[in-house]
Amino acid sequence: MEKPRFKSSRRRFLQGSTLAMGGLVLSTWLPPLIARSAAADAVAPGRLGEQSPTGYGAFVRVGHDGRVTVISPKIEMGQGTHTGIAMMVAEELEVSLDQVEVVDAPPNHKLYSDALLEFQGTGGSTATRVTWEPLRQAGATARILLIQAAALGWKVAPSQCHAENAVVFGPNGLRAGYGELVDAASALPVPTDVPLKKPEQFKLIGKPLQRVDTPNKVNGKTKFTIDLSVPDMQIASTLTCPVHGGTLRSVDDSAARKVPGVRDVVKLDNAVAVIASNYWACQQGLNALKIDWDLGANASINSAELEQALQDASSRDGVIAHKTGDISASLKSASSQFEAVYEQAFLSHSPLEPMTCVVHVRPDACDLWVGTQVPVFAQQTAAQVTGLAPETITVHNQLIGGAFGRRLDFDFITQAVAIAKQVSYPIKLIWSREEDMTHDMYRPHYVDRITAAFEGDKLLGWQHRIAGASVLARYAGSLPENGVDADAVEVAIEPLYAMDNLQVHYIREEPKAIPVSWWRGVGPLRSTYVLESFIDELAHNAKADPLEYRLKLMQGQPRAQAVLKMLAEKADWKTPLPAGQGRGLSVSAVFGSFVASMVELEMQGDKGVRIKRLVSVIDCGLVTNPTSVMAQIEGGTLFGLSAAFFNEILLEQGQVQQTNFHNYRQIRISEVPGVEVHLMPSLELPGGVGEAGTALIAPALVNALHAASGERVRRLPLTRAGYYIV
Amino acid sequence: MHTLSINGNEQQVDVPGDMPLLWVLRDVLGMTGTKFGCGIAQCGVCTVHLDGKAVRSCVLPISSAVGHEISTIEAIGETEVGQKVQASWLEHEVVQCGYCQSGQIMSAVALLEKQPDADDAAIDAAMAGNLCRCATYTRIRAAIKSVSQA
Repeated sequence: MEKPRFKSSRRRFLQGSTLAMGGLVLSTWLPPLIARSAAADAVAPGRLGEQSPTGYGAFVRVGHDGRVTVISPKIEMGQGTHTGIAMMVAEELEVSLDQVEVVDAPPNHKLYSDALLEFQGTGGSTATRVTWEPLRQAGATARILLIQAAALGWKVAPSQCHAENAVVFGPNGLRAGYGELVDAASALPVPTDVPLKKPEQFKLIGKPLQRVDTPNKVNGKTKFTIDLSVPDMQIASTLTCPVHGGTLRSVDDSAARKVPGVRDVVKLDNAVAVIASNYWACQQGLNALKIDWDLGANASINSAELEQALQDASSRDGVIAHKTGDISASLKSASSQFEAVYEQAFLSHSPLEPMTCVVHVRPDACDLWVGTQVPVFAQQTAAQVTGLAPETITVHNQLIGGAFGRRLDFDFITQAVAIAKQVSYPIKLIWSREEDMTHDMYRPHYVDRITAAFEGDKLLGWQHRIAGASVLARYAGSLPENGVDADAVEVAIEPLYAMDNLQVHYIREEPKAIPVSWWRGVGPLRSTYVLESFIDELAHNAKADPLEYRLKLMQGQPRAQAVLKMLAEKADWKTPLPAGQGRGLSVSAVFGSFVASMVELEMQGDKGVRIKRLVSVIDCGLVTNPTSVMAQIEGGTLFGLSAAFFNEILLEQGQVQQTNFHNYRQIRISEVPGVEVHLMPSLELPGGVGEAGTALIAPALVNALHAASGERVRRLPLTRAGYYIV
Repeated sequence: MHTLSINGNEQQVDVPGDMPLLWVLRDVLGMTGTKFGCGIAQCGVCTVHLDGKAVRSCVLPISSAVGHEISTIEAIGETEVGQKVQASWLEHEVVQCGYCQSGQIMSAVALLEKQPDADDAAIDAAMAGNLCRCATYTRIRAAIKSVSQA
């Protein structure tokens, strides 16, 4: 299964990805990037009518009935982005949210590329950041044109008119609905000067409005990809070679074909698909197959070997990702040193909707109905597999039942198209949970070795070695010439803590037998875990309060200081706890936001952990929908907590050992308190939130565990050290 | 041929007796509100009611459902408690991706039908079998409590 080529050049892609993962640099980079984004450019030359294929018609259409359609460049996977984007347009267009319908943008890099990612995708917590200006501009442009059209018709000055609730009001009681004005407005030249509202003028933005997609998600009416049905469709399910890189030698499908309901058995290079009238029959058919796999070169690989390779790599120098001062000299002259090695496990995404895709391949065209974070890549892979031209492939994007980065990959789409190509009818491919978990693309296992130098109490700096697979290289095809994976080193190269000497090394060590990919939190998650664990160790070594120790070193970081101080207050940091209980902190600048989190827990016996409180503070700049921000921090925090406590993907004989939720368990409602979230009032540009809570929680958890038990865990998950939740 | 009573309607289905109720609902009857997540009763997204009790339809053979009253998310809003729970879910903005919420709501309704004044411990016990990967647990608990106190 080859991957489609990226349309944008690799260099641009890599630059984009670097920024997309968004640390501190974003606050300075954001405006110029948005100003030159393809999406923003596309706002200018358009027309307003329903049929307009380009222009701000790319984002906003107004129908003759006055209904507004917002074409969202970002897909909805639970993060609330459809609502946020609709609010931005509605705010400037002067319509209420219930007058707006949101649809997903078709694949079109030119119109819908993310200014930070530089391709059309939803990920990296960029959605609000990159749509904030162009989508409001699109709404404002449409409003200006509608007002101009009304004013021309009434022969009055536009300044005598205003818009409200999809109606233009003129002098002397004149009024016209948007629907009546569409044709006249479409004929007008597009204004070049489109002033936007000031925050104090917002009517919708900043209000906790009800999400547009949720009413049908409480009554079973929402159709996710797995729920779709098209005429003559059959269900398909696969068994893919249990070892990554292995292939299908042969299969005896005689028994499978006798299973009632089974219609076809289709062979792929590395998999067998059974197609049937229902999923149950597919599984019965798959169970009846006698498959001879060529397990390939990875069939002897075990986790221990991969981990040893990463451990070894963490002592090498790799390439230097960042250098300030002279850490080698500092380490030589230091009065003391402190070194720690941290490990993070391979992780599966395991969204509750497994990988699924509906596809119909015909001789001259192909339709894909699939929830994907990357519609253009979906289109390209279908074109490549079928040999059809991309413009003949129609992608119908769908609401997504959880992604967490998994649907930034399209391997399951490639597989679905390869199956559908061999039959004449549409199929809906549904992976079993076992297929989903054992054929994921995993968050890499990382080993970080970090050594600090001190002169007396003074932190001179540290040397930080990061060893792991490169997701960026896998996704983009290669790393830039300097060999640095900008995602893996993000946050690590810009710690919040002042030091004169900092050297960060990236040592690329690709594991055999296990493909890697983006996982909610990406680089900022991996580095925040290491830095916030390490700084906590330094504080304890110095017998200092972890809060005060951090604050003292956080010079020139007012927003980070502010969230940490607010957290300390909200979480009662200064209130002493009885023995056997403890609190842990973390603070970081991630995805253009500043976040601080606190875990309070109680030991029950040696290894039993009762989590008592979870508190987070976020400064994500101007907030579009505060409910969505809070919900993302609540859920993101528990998502990260679940992985940090329980999760690890292990290989034996090249095969993933975790197969379903009984041996890759997830946190349950009975095991955690609610998450208390506090928003820092802010007029800064919007920052990302979808991954922010996830990125902060693991270090707060291990720091709390240390405070309560005295034991420092440096390898995730906690279950490896025998801990369990009570 | 099996005769099922689903949301008060009799339905005839011609499927093997060991076919799980989930796939009869979804792939035979086209009722897709009930979801598939794990197939081994570990995640709860397939939760339906059998005579008012929350059960995992992914492991319930259709032959065992015959003669019992099956209720699904499609009709739960027709009950008083179901309607209240759905309204509370929206009021508390519980939903993120939404995929697990059919099952969450079915479990919550079964709990509140049996124990209208459910407290935290009862909520934990009744809802522990329903995973949410978006981890909307903070709001699920709040939404149930606001109905139980109503």
